[in-house]
Amino acid sequence: MATAKEIADKAERNDIRSRWLLSAPALLIVFLAALGPLLIVVVYSFLTPGNYGDVKWQFSTDAWVSVLLQRDAFDDTLSFASAHLSIFWRSVSLSAMTTILTLILGFPTAYFIATRPEHRRDIWLFLITIPFWTNLLIRTFAMQEVLRNDGLINWLLQLLRITDHPIQLMYTNFAVLLGMVYVFLPLMVLPLYASMEKIDFRLIEAGYDLYATRFQVLRRIIVPLVAPGIVAGSILVFIPSLGAYVTPRVLGGGTNLMIGNLIELQFGQGRNWPLGAALSITLMAIVMVALLFYVRNMTRSDGSHG
Amino acid sequence: MAKRFDVRQQNGFVTIAMVCFFLLYLPIGTLVVFAFNDNESLAIWKGFSLRWFHVAWNNTLVIESSIRSFQIAAVAAILATITATMAALATTRTKPYRGLTFKYAFINQPLMVPEIVTAVALLIVFSRIKIWTGYSGLGYLIAAHTAFCIPFAYLPIRARLESMDLSLETAAADLYAGKWQAFRHVTLPLLWPGILAGLMLAFVVSLDDVVITEFVKSGGQDTLPTFMLGQIRRGVTPEINAISTVFLVLSIGIVTAFFFFSRKRT
Repeated sequence: MATAKEIADKAERNDIRSRWLLSAPALLIVFLAALGPLLIVVVYSFLTPGNYGDVKWQFSTDAWVSVLLQRDAFDDTLSFASAHLSIFWRSVSLSAMTTILTLILGFPTAYFIATRPEHRRDIWLFLITIPFWTNLLIRTFAMQEVLRNDGLINWLLQLLRITDHPIQLMYTNFAVLLGMVYVFLPLMVLPLYASMEKIDFRLIEAGYDLYATRFQVLRRIIVPLVAPGIVAGSILVFIPSLGAYVTPRVLGGGTNLMIGNLIELQFGQGRNWPLGAALSITLMAIVMVALLFYVRNMTRSDGSHG
Repeated sequence: MAKRFDVRQQNGFVTIAMVCFFLLYLPIGTLVVFAFNDNESLAIWKGFSLRWFHVAWNNTLVIESSIRSFQIAAVAAILATITATMAALATTRTKPYRGLTFKYAFINQPLMVPEIVTAVALLIVFSRIKIWTGYSGLGYLIAAHTAFCIPFAYLPIRARLESMDLSLETAAADLYAGKWQAFRHVTLPLLWPGILAGLMLAFVVSLDDVVITEFVKSGGQDTLPTFMLGQIRRGVTPEINAISTVFLVLSIGIVTAFFFFSRKRT
């Protein structure tokens, strides 16, 4: 005779088994068309480039060496690959600036939405969500309309007689930065709003009762309360900025490359797939570090409140 | 009477917020306005005209790539939503079991990897499979799109399931409903808004994709976004503005539907 416990255990095992079966198709598709190929990228980064793209099945660590270093063609010495380093630096610094600028713009915006009467918040949020769901390429292209030599900004500058000939804005780091701020701004506002919505305004009242100035209230009460939102928004902006491909390609032209464009180059004209693979993994590693930082930060802030 | 002291106010915040909203809509607005420009060049306004919409409509490349975009998005969104619904049912409303966190991480993995990296990975694998099998149809694009749509479909469905009361299904079981009957008549109707939300998100995300499509597509498999990317590189006429405007209206339509849909629920 089976005891009640045995029956319950069996039911639980069956339940878990059917849960695995149910989730199998999704797991399989993600494995086949997303995760699995990533593992193959790791393998490719240790192979030798083929003559016409693709790879030769010969083990080599050259790709990894050339991520950061370059071999001198004449005397075979290694030195830092300044071209790669400057692209890495541009990617990281532009992404950091994008994050800071979206925070400066997004924080007051999210606060504004969170302090509207409840029935009006939805409509403001809706106004943030529309650009968010508009095709990224279209938004980048729209930015190009504004930045071109005969675009809106130059038209305005000439109308106001600030300059008599168009200023070159396109194909600069500035254009890429502006484009990324524009494209990723909603990603900052939404998580900030989510944490601001929960602010208990009695705390702020208490602050004012204790003679805090507006700035002190902002710095000592509001910012600490929404810190998780600030971290979440920053991560959500920083990570896609780092991997940005479309925005630097359209607004940065051929000279202001970011890591994403450098990777593409290896699979196109560069014909160095192993290097492209190694660069991809480097980019992914940077993203993972950022994500780990985020996860640690989240668990810590959970711990301190609970 | 003096104006009451508003504890919520912060100096300058309203101004910055207004600037922010203005800046968000300025480029899109410019783009739309110039779609109606009766001029070859984008720069000078020559009067209202619909001619660029006609040009786009009569451009077979535009129509073909639009149809392709919709085909891929429809198939990928439906596949992603079905599998994501199953996965959501399997990963919610249970006590933690071994592999649950693994499943979360696994399903959301496409969200955590930069698109360009996934694109490159798929290029490597699919180019090999293309050589082995000789097949170079839309299947690759559909598989890739389904994979990155799954997390987008999964998240709203899971959220909906987690806020749902288990007692209704228990009641159905008490009334001798079989597992399938309970699912069909109780769970599914309750879950429906979540499923629709997931489907719409997946559809929009697939329709918007540039990077992965650009790397995975074979020759002559341009979707509307990759077609536009190619055009933008070559220099643009207001035709691109016209296409963008139509695309924009469509996205706004879907998002609006999504918005009212999710609002009615609460």
